[in-house]
Amino acid sequence: MNLLASLFQSSIGKKLLMAFTGLVLFGFVTGHLVGNLQIFLPPEKINAYGLLLESLGGALWLIRLFLLACVVIHIWIAIQLTIENRAARPTGYGVDHTSRATLASRVMARTGIVVLAFLVFHLAHFTIRIGHPEWSEHSYRLASGTAVRDVYTMVVQGFSNVGVSIFYIIAVGLLSYHLSHGIVSMVQSLGLKNERWTRGLEGFAVIYCWGYFLLNAAIPLAILGWLPVLSGLIHR
Amino acid sequence: MVAEKPSKKLFSVTLRVWRQAGPAAAGKFVEYPAANVNPDMSFLELIDVVNDGLTVKGDEPIAFAHDCREGICGTCSCTINGKPHGPGHGIATCQLYMRSFQEGDVITVEPFRAKAFPIQRDLVTDRAAFDKIQQAGGFISVRTGAAPDANAIPVPKEDADLAMDAASCIGCGACVAACKNASAMLFVAAKVSQFGLLPQGQPERDRRVLAMVQTMDEAGFGNCTNQYECSAVCPKNITHDFIARLNRDYVAALFRTRFQPVSNAGGGGG
Amino acid sequence: MAKLESKIPAGPLADKWQRHKTEIKLVNPANKRKYEIIVVGAGLAGASAAATLAELGYKVKNFVFHDSPRRAHSIAAQGGINAAKNYQNDGDSVHRLYYDTLKGGDYRAREANVHRLAEVSVNIIDQCAAQGVPFAREYGGLLANRSFGGAQVSRTFYARGQTGQQLLLGAYSALSRMIGQGGVEMHNNAEMLDLVVVDGHAKGIIVRDLITGKIERHSADAVILATGGYGNVFNLSTYARQSNATAIWRAYKRGACLANPCYTQIHPTCIPVSGDYQSKLTLMSESLRNDGRIWVPKKKEDAKKNPADIAEGDRDYYLERIYPSFGNLAPRDVSSRAAMRMCDEGRGVGESGLGVYLDFADAIKRLGEPAVRERYGNLFDIYHEITAENAYKTPMRIFPAVHYTMGGLWVDYNLMSNIPGLFVLGEANFSDHGANRLGASALMQGLADGYFVIPYTIGDYLAGQKPGSRPAPDRAEFTQAEQNVTGLTKRLLDNKGKQPVSHFHKRLGKIMWDHCGMARTKAGLEAALQKIPALREEFWANVLVPGSADTLNQSLEQAGRVADYMELGELMCRDALTREESCGGHFREEYQYPDGECKRDDEKFGHVAAWEYQGEGQTPLRNAEPLNYEFTKMSVRSYK
Repeated sequence: MNLLASLFQSSIGKKLLMAFTGLVLFGFVTGHLVGNLQIFLPPEKINAYGLLLESLGGALWLIRLFLLACVVIHIWIAIQLTIENRAARPTGYGVDHTSRATLASRVMARTGIVVLAFLVFHLAHFTIRIGHPEWSEHSYRLASGTAVRDVYTMVVQGFSNVGVSIFYIIAVGLLSYHLSHGIVSMVQSLGLKNERWTRGLEGFAVIYCWGYFLLNAAIPLAILGWLPVLSGLIHR
Repeated sequence: MVAEKPSKKLFSVTLRVWRQAGPAAAGKFVEYPAANVNPDMSFLELIDVVNDGLTVKGDEPIAFAHDCREGICGTCSCTINGKPHGPGHGIATCQLYMRSFQEGDVITVEPFRAKAFPIQRDLVTDRAAFDKIQQAGGFISVRTGAAPDANAIPVPKEDADLAMDAASCIGCGACVAACKNASAMLFVAAKVSQFGLLPQGQPERDRRVLAMVQTMDEAGFGNCTNQYECSAVCPKNITHDFIARLNRDYVAALFRTRFQPVSNAGGGGG
Repeated sequence: MAKLESKIPAGPLADKWQRHKTEIKLVNPANKRKYEIIVVGAGLAGASAAATLAELGYKVKNFVFHDSPRRAHSIAAQGGINAAKNYQNDGDSVHRLYYDTLKGGDYRAREANVHRLAEVSVNIIDQCAAQGVPFAREYGGLLANRSFGGAQVSRTFYARGQTGQQLLLGAYSALSRMIGQGGVEMHNNAEMLDLVVVDGHAKGIIVRDLITGKIERHSADAVILATGGYGNVFNLSTYARQSNATAIWRAYKRGACLANPCYTQIHPTCIPVSGDYQSKLTLMSESLRNDGRIWVPKKKEDAKKNPADIAEGDRDYYLERIYPSFGNLAPRDVSSRAAMRMCDEGRGVGESGLGVYLDFADAIKRLGEPAVRERYGNLFDIYHEITAENAYKTPMRIFPAVHYTMGGLWVDYNLMSNIPGLFVLGEANFSDHGANRLGASALMQGLADGYFVIPYTIGDYLAGQKPGSRPAPDRAEFTQAEQNVTGLTKRLLDNKGKQPVSHFHKRLGKIMWDHCGMARTKAGLEAALQKIPALREEFWANVLVPGSADTLNQSLEQAGRVADYMELGELMCRDALTREESCGGHFREEYQYPDGECKRDDEKFGHVAAWEYQGEGQTPLRNAEPLNYEFTKMSVRSYK
């Protein structure tokens, strides 16, 4: 079998691809969060950051394509694995028993689907700006004098909608939950895990996921004015 | 000092057993009451007694796989209350004693369930897929008589100990039965690791892991999703860290064989 | 009268095997694939033989009743495997291993066979290490050894407490390789039910597919039986539940002689029976006797008391009392018999009264619990798992149990039975252990036979068989054998009695244990020879085998095996009765020294008794093969 076929068709190859694409997406969502946290700084910062990204030009599109490919592969293989795994046990047990598989690990497909739905909504909402043509018009003048798109206002307006914010919070919650299994799992799939540092890895995953969830959730909550200190940092 | 004496109070349980007349037949649960259960009885001995009762009544006894009854041959294979080999830890079904149960318990007994382990009758399944995997590469090719002196190949004690951990697999299939996806990764990982850890196993290391994984995939097992149900029920407590090792070995073999120059002798490549 | 030619090669003891290998006939490589060899069994002996013969180029068909060739009971051997490697530089040699094995067998084995076993022992370790058997190692990476009973050197190689498992998996991996390459055609779930003899030669077998019930005929140029021992005649033993004597017994009924069937090894430290439902006895390593003290209450009335309530003065440390020099380390057979005597006196402990205490209280006081845990922790765990008792707090209960049979089908030096073309390996033959087997020698013999003896010696037979001359399976002899099998099956299924098979097996086991167990007497054996035929009659009148012949039917399988035990048990008693001496695993109370040691009669019984079947209902014929000791003097076996 050639290399690509082995990766896409063998059970371990698929695991490796899941882990690798998972790792990329994990890196992406982490970076994305760091960028978003600039909402708590003056508007100048996040808008300059937006300019920086847009200035990448073709490279940005390459990155976007790569991320898209990762998403597609991650999902495509997840579907295959799920089908194969169901087929591997056509008759289930009369008594359901779980020794130690975490709930997070058992609902990966379901959390994944919600995250996917959110991703589609999120792209439509902020990147393609469906329903909000005015967001493309808003502009912001940086200290340097350059006029850029006003990302700050877009985010604040976007999350001022309670429904959107709740959906966002639920989605990042489920993504955190998804990652709580995914982070440890990808290290195992990449063949890098052993008993010596499993505990540390698991601890990291728990801290990361809570951190990821709380920091992400803080953005809409602050915008909605529901957080005492952070809400004060939002410029309206 | 008070001696710990088991209470010899006899009790009653109900066995709820999967009965299936043959591979193609439909199966169903049938309940059998069992009275006067001695806590010192093994679980399989209880099935023996129930079976004698069924025989005398003119019914067909429950078919179940068993042999050594000391946890080493890997023949016994019941799933008890949803858990392969029952409620114990690090034991096979034959090492389960009735003192693990209580008066009035309804004990559900099922075969190991996986597409790759078709049911032959009642609780007996066909685990030949494991043999197939082994035949694909679970060996070191050394003809009888061709071996060098045993001490000519030193093996670091740590490697030998770890290889022994992996080699202690009894091939029962509980890992497959417990896995939510009926994956055979722990079994294959144990075998691949045993040989991969030893210097004797190096010449065929890549070939072995690629062939065994391919055969595993063809047998219809599911995929590992790193939930570690397998190692939780393994009667020999084989760790799922061997699965990580297998993953690493597999990808290394994949790339190594792929980017090696192609020999004029033919073969080569992956 | 069977012709029993041992075919021991001439010459000095140490040269016999080398010389024999160079002198026996060979089959040329191109012809090897024209020969088909049937191997029945895939334990150490069967799997190693099947793999090696296939490597040589023979077409091999391997049959096991298990669902996989990895399950044979060789897997349960714990301690280790002996080999005269002298890696410890402690003066071991082939000759020492030979001598220890011969002496351990109470001078009832052939010198030449035992010497060959010791010679090839070194090759076995090389072979297994190369296969990836994870033997215990020292930090320098070289192999570790431990010492074992009956030897003054450290020559036992081991893989934790799972040596049998690891060696079997090694042989299984070699076999798997040959199956994968097409050299071995593997038949799982296939139980041999008859041997087919054509023109006086073994040329095939009849098997039942245990899943479909189908009866199949298989012809070959030679048949190898490696089907293990027959200790399950006793019902309760340390054998696996399915281990059985059917293959060797049916071969016996086709004319193969069964040698020394009364030689049974009884292990002193097993976990006692807990109730009549018991299916199996579990061995506890003998090493426990190094630190444990064995006792029973002095008074019968105390036998049911909590041991903690029995005062020190009311305890009888009987081994220390009767054998002051050896104490708790008295030899296996002596301590087994002493335990039984205590129980016979009504002083046995535990619910059944069949048990003695093995007490670690003194050892814990002396060494501390952690030290005891370090030495024996895993054994205490096994004990706890089975009995729910904490042996750190209360004494263990132990009792002897059957765990190996030295007797088996008679074979010559080539491992061929008196039926040409029928070879017998491992525990199934009688050849190397004499009247008693030493610890860590069973694994050695199984692998010696399979890896290093049969691959040479089978050629000597096959070279005389024309390639392609094996009979077609439609010959009358196959038809007759198949009818024999289907007839027996039908008889069992149609019987429609009232009692399940287990009922009869338990009763037979009790008769055997009472009369042909660790201590035998003329009167007891004569009684057994009355009781067993009566029980057999009752079996055939009243056994109930449910189900049908054309499905997986475990009752039917077991019924056929027990039917054989009903006959084999009788032969064991007959052999024990006619061997009017004590030697190794055969102890006749009439023949003992004042200290309870075996009193051999080399003059009258320095021979192998090979029983020959004479037909249904006929008394079998006792043939004797004299054991001519040329190199070693038969002396009184003593470990003092």
